[in-house]
Amino acid sequence: MSVVRIPPTLRVDTNGEREVIAEGENVRELLDDLTTRFPTLHGKLEYANVYVGGEDIRTRDGYETEVSDGDTVILLPAMAGGAG
Amino acid sequence: MASYGELLQQGAGSVPTIGLEDARTLMDGDAVFLDVREPAEWDLGHVPNALHIPRAQVAGKIQQAIPDKSTRVVVYCARGSRSAVAGAEMRALGYEHVENLIDGFNGWEQRGLPTIVPSTLPEAQRRRYSRHMLIPEVGEAGQRKLLASRVLLIGAGGLGSPASLYLAAAGVGTLGIVDDDVVDESNLQRQIAHSTQRVGEAKVDSARETLTALNPDVDVKTFQERLSSENIDRILGEGWDVIVDGADNFPTRYLVNDASVWHGIPVVHGSIYRFEGQVTVFSPGEGPCYRCLFPAPPPPELAPSCAEGGVLGVLPGVIGSLQANETIKLALGIGDPLIGRLMLFDALGATFTEVALRRDPNCPVCGEHPTITEYIDYVEFCAAR
Repeated sequence: MSVVRIPPTLRVDTNGEREVIAEGENVRELLDDLTTRFPTLHGKLEYANVYVGGEDIRTRDGYETEVSDGDTVILLPAMAGGAG
Repeated sequence: MASYGELLQQGAGSVPTIGLEDARTLMDGDAVFLDVREPAEWDLGHVPNALHIPRAQVAGKIQQAIPDKSTRVVVYCARGSRSAVAGAEMRALGYEHVENLIDGFNGWEQRGLPTIVPSTLPEAQRRRYSRHMLIPEVGEAGQRKLLASRVLLIGAGGLGSPASLYLAAAGVGTLGIVDDDVVDESNLQRQIAHSTQRVGEAKVDSARETLTALNPDVDVKTFQERLSSENIDRILGEGWDVIVDGADNFPTRYLVNDASVWHGIPVVHGSIYRFEGQVTVFSPGEGPCYRCLFPAPPPPELAPSCAEGGVLGVLPGVIGSLQANETIKLALGIGDPLIGRLMLFDALGATFTEVALRRDPNCPVCGEHPTITEYIDYVEFCAAR
């Protein structure tokens, strides 16, 4: 069971929740579980960088990166805003 | 009154001498170092904490400067002649423990003993930046660096406003601002470089007015144009130490990234949306670039702008101030910049979170075998997603 931090652009899909709980042995399972709980996330998560324990999963095992109980997983999309 | 020659002869015989190393051991004690050289010599460097009275004024001023005649005084000039005279005068006035520094300040400096160069900043600047100069990591040398620094701000909006205000206040000598927009009423909830009576004015002009009112030391160079592949080389070509990226759209972000890699200029990146902000430093050659972090922009429906989704007015204040902080550190060469680290701020949770960023060896711009080596159509690149 891990805590997943939801970026502001995806909170419309998580009933406004900033952090949600998800289950999974690795990032892929975790994100699948998340999408099951919040179906409108489908097709959106692949645009976010994923960090487990503060490390980018691209520098680890990608979506196969293991997630341990209690890990915080951060979803980080690019944001353009400079409040022009 | 004895002539200088007579005084010199008397002094040479009557004042005990002290060697450089012996004098050095007195630096942290109660002894006073008295520099009797001329002001122009003093200005080029002297013994730390020394007292300065030019030789010709010693007899007249010493009793006020050092009332206690039992004080141990090491008197020095450039090579030991003028100080012998001054020492003799002091002994004649009753000073009991005067010693003449053999080899003088020239010998002291050659031996590599501690010296300091006194302030040559104008008095007004010393007053203005006194709180910087009191910090050992900044000091007068650091303040001079800031005054000589050139920082280019992309955007005079939510992030550019606080960033430019703090950089101007800090005395960054040259601030360039690129923005083609005009001040709108809806900007004023967060864009603190502008004001109600400037609605309708060009943002670069409004910002220049605010920044020079805050600090007339700052030379504000304005570029009232939209940054593009056509003008970016000209603007970056003016020579900048740091770029502060506060753009409000993806095409400009990618354009600034590619240009900064090719020009070798570090970018202090900030971005915001609603209650969350991101800050990092992209330093070419030292850490990842924006494309290493985000190889491609998200589709527009997943990346609404602040104009579409809103932003808490104070959020750019936090993120823009952090950008100013990183910029000043880069300009001074102090601290640990946010290179290879991205800081996330969540205003609702009041938390800062840090994640690690790594350079992508396959990055199309800063990687080992770059595939993008000239400007592309950034609008198309960002719309294609």
